[in-house]
Amino acid sequence: MNPHSSESHNAEVEPEPRRNFLTSVAAVVVGAIASFVPIAAGAVALLDPLRRSASASELVRVTRLSAIPEDGSPKRFTITADRTDAWATYADTPVGAVYLRRTRSGVLALNTVCPHAGCFVGVAPDRSHFACPCHKSRFDLDGAVNDPASPAPRAMDALEVEIRGGDEVWVRFQQYLPGREDKTPV
Amino acid sequence: MRALLDWLDHRTGYRGLLSRALHESIPGGARWRYVWGSTLVFAMLVQFVTGIVLWASYSANAQGAWESVYFIQNQMLGGWLLRGVHHYMAQVTIVLLVLHLMQVLIDGAYRAPREVNFWFGLVLLNLVLALSLTGYLLPWDQKGFWATKVATSIASMTPVVGPAMQKLLVGGSEYGHHTLTRFFALHAGVLPAGIVALIVGHVYLFRRHGVTVPTGGEKEPAGRFWPDQVLKDSVASLVVMATVLGLVLWSGGAHLGAPADPAEPYSAARPEWYFLFLFQWLKYFPSGWEVVGAQVIPALLLGLVAAMPILGRWRLGHRFNLGFGAALLGGILMLTWLARVEDGASPEFVAAKAEADAASHRAAELAASPAGIPAAGGLAMLRADPLTQGPRIFAANCASCHRYEGHDGLGNVPDEDPSASDLAGFGSRAWLEGLLDADQVASLRYFGGTEHVRGRMVRFVTRGLPRLNDEERSDLAKVLLAVSAESGLPRQSEEDERDAADIEEGRHLISSDAINCTRCHTFRDVDGEDDVPVLTGWASRDWMLGMLHDPSQPRYYGDRNDRMPSFGVEETLSRHQMELVVDWLRRDWYLAEVGGS
Repeated sequence: MNPHSSESHNAEVEPEPRRNFLTSVAAVVVGAIASFVPIAAGAVALLDPLRRSASASELVRVTRLSAIPEDGSPKRFTITADRTDAWATYADTPVGAVYLRRTRSGVLALNTVCPHAGCFVGVAPDRSHFACPCHKSRFDLDGAVNDPASPAPRAMDALEVEIRGGDEVWVRFQQYLPGREDKTPV
Repeated sequence: MRALLDWLDHRTGYRGLLSRALHESIPGGARWRYVWGSTLVFAMLVQFVTGIVLWASYSANAQGAWESVYFIQNQMLGGWLLRGVHHYMAQVTIVLLVLHLMQVLIDGAYRAPREVNFWFGLVLLNLVLALSLTGYLLPWDQKGFWATKVATSIASMTPVVGPAMQKLLVGGSEYGHHTLTRFFALHAGVLPAGIVALIVGHVYLFRRHGVTVPTGGEKEPAGRFWPDQVLKDSVASLVVMATVLGLVLWSGGAHLGAPADPAEPYSAARPEWYFLFLFQWLKYFPSGWEVVGAQVIPALLLGLVAAMPILGRWRLGHRFNLGFGAALLGGILMLTWLARVEDGASPEFVAAKAEADAASHRAAELAASPAGIPAAGGLAMLRADPLTQGPRIFAANCASCHRYEGHDGLGNVPDEDPSASDLAGFGSRAWLEGLLDADQVASLRYFGGTEHVRGRMVRFVTRGLPRLNDEERSDLAKVLLAVSAESGLPRQSEEDERDAADIEEGRHLISSDAINCTRCHTFRDVDGEDDVPVLTGWASRDWMLGMLHDPSQPRYYGDRNDRMPSFGVEETLSRHQMELVVDWLRRDWYLAEVGGS
């Protein structure tokens, strides 16, 4: 920091710019090599989540057919499944929810997560449509956007349903990326 | 002492450093208008101190975050004050930042040679916003959970890198332990380190260029940083601290919602007030334009603010900057106001807010109960609470026929009439009195909506009972006590104990000639008929669970069962769900002592 000493130092090295340049390059290279290990180790570990694909979603048993209203109105069901969260595994834990409703062709399952920004979509008080409490997206009972002012880019996410033994309702519970037109699994 | 300090100065040169730091000359003298920057440094110091102490008690995992924050808030000595100061100082910091930025704009203090410092300030603003965003999630309550989900969803909308970015932020594909560890590392490590580095640079550049003296101020005599300006800065910091303390005391401390639950709707999801404008803003971008609204336009506006020092060189630049700054602030205030007004006018939001407050209050009450928070965490505790879960299960599964005090359990009154009894107080003396009242038994509160309105019980109550003489009437009262006592309702135990003698007598009178319940109903060792509900253990927990499981057993309604589903046989409800709804109907839940917390 002493201005006097740094001047005299400059005066000393100035006649040998070539050596000075090599020294600088060597200093940077050696320093970079030394720093590479912690930075690389840190970066690799931080990027670990990218390696983990979405938990292979299996069909989970949700309810019995008889529990779904016969008049075609939607009813919310909690999805319970086994879940591994980082270091812990949880057996039979609530992982999310679906709306189930009877249609002419069977049972429709809609993920309750809004395809706009991930809020929990609700059912309007008169049960005539779905309404998101956050940014006012509206969907009809089939899950399609039914108001042009809705910010949602796509219909609510329909999930695969399987009726087993004529009565058990199984659903493949899956999350999709919000805010895009296509249904991309998370 | 002097010799020691001399030695220290010789080895470190601290006197020179101190003198350079404190004896800065201020052209035009110390001024109140220069205090904003210092109050921000003070606010940051408060956040570091309170934050590190909070850190010493906080646990960043999905089964420990809410629990540890609850502990800090409610059990730790002065924890509520500590967390309250941290919480409200964060909000005051945002206000101070905006004031600081406004002043820089108005004074033209962003112009050459202070451009770089202006940019440092903008980066600092963004880092502070990032601190708020990450801090909002850390308590892992419903409010923070759902608001942050929206924030990470917006991050995922970024073209190309969005999905990867979201995964890295969330620490996987779903919210969980690693979301908290990562947000905490950002909140308590990365962001504060960045802020410290930038504040050092910001103050260094500020010292290099000096204060921006208002026009005309140069003529006044110069002052010194120490102690003239420091006194003013200290007073301003004290005012800031007093404001924060006032907010903490007025509000009773920072709010803690119910534990985060991905399976439970939270319709009151809103960001902190200073992000409300962005929230409102998103409503205006229809399908296909989300990225434009959520990212492109905000980035462009921020870019334009960053370009102010360059625009300022133009002849009308400063005026343009002032106008743009005012428009931006006005727009933000307008959107914030709109968000508030829309929420206030929405009955759904108001109801959702009330529900959220009730859940949050209940979670705190359970956590304070003698049983406390189980190892499985606050969410497991709330999921096992009849008072919380019972009404939800009732509303979803029972309220299409039954009512609870006239509503569906959650306070909504369905449009159509009930087709089965009102179960509020089921098993209690009052409920039975209504059933045995000739005016009520055929009403919608009891059998009015069912097939049983034409049954023998209704006939007995409307025709048989009015014919009883006084003595028989007093016998009936004892029978009523005895049947109600079968329920073993916890809230009636004192009365049942007090009336033990009458109840005992009632048990014998149940088969008396005039009353003769056992002509149809089975009671203890006296057999009645099949397909008539037994009175042994009537309305007890086991009786009700059996009824829910399968009402078409001979000991309940058997073949005479009218539309009541067999929830257990059909597996519509799990055993645990049936227990929750039964315990709720029996008012068998933990209740804090009156006057307790």
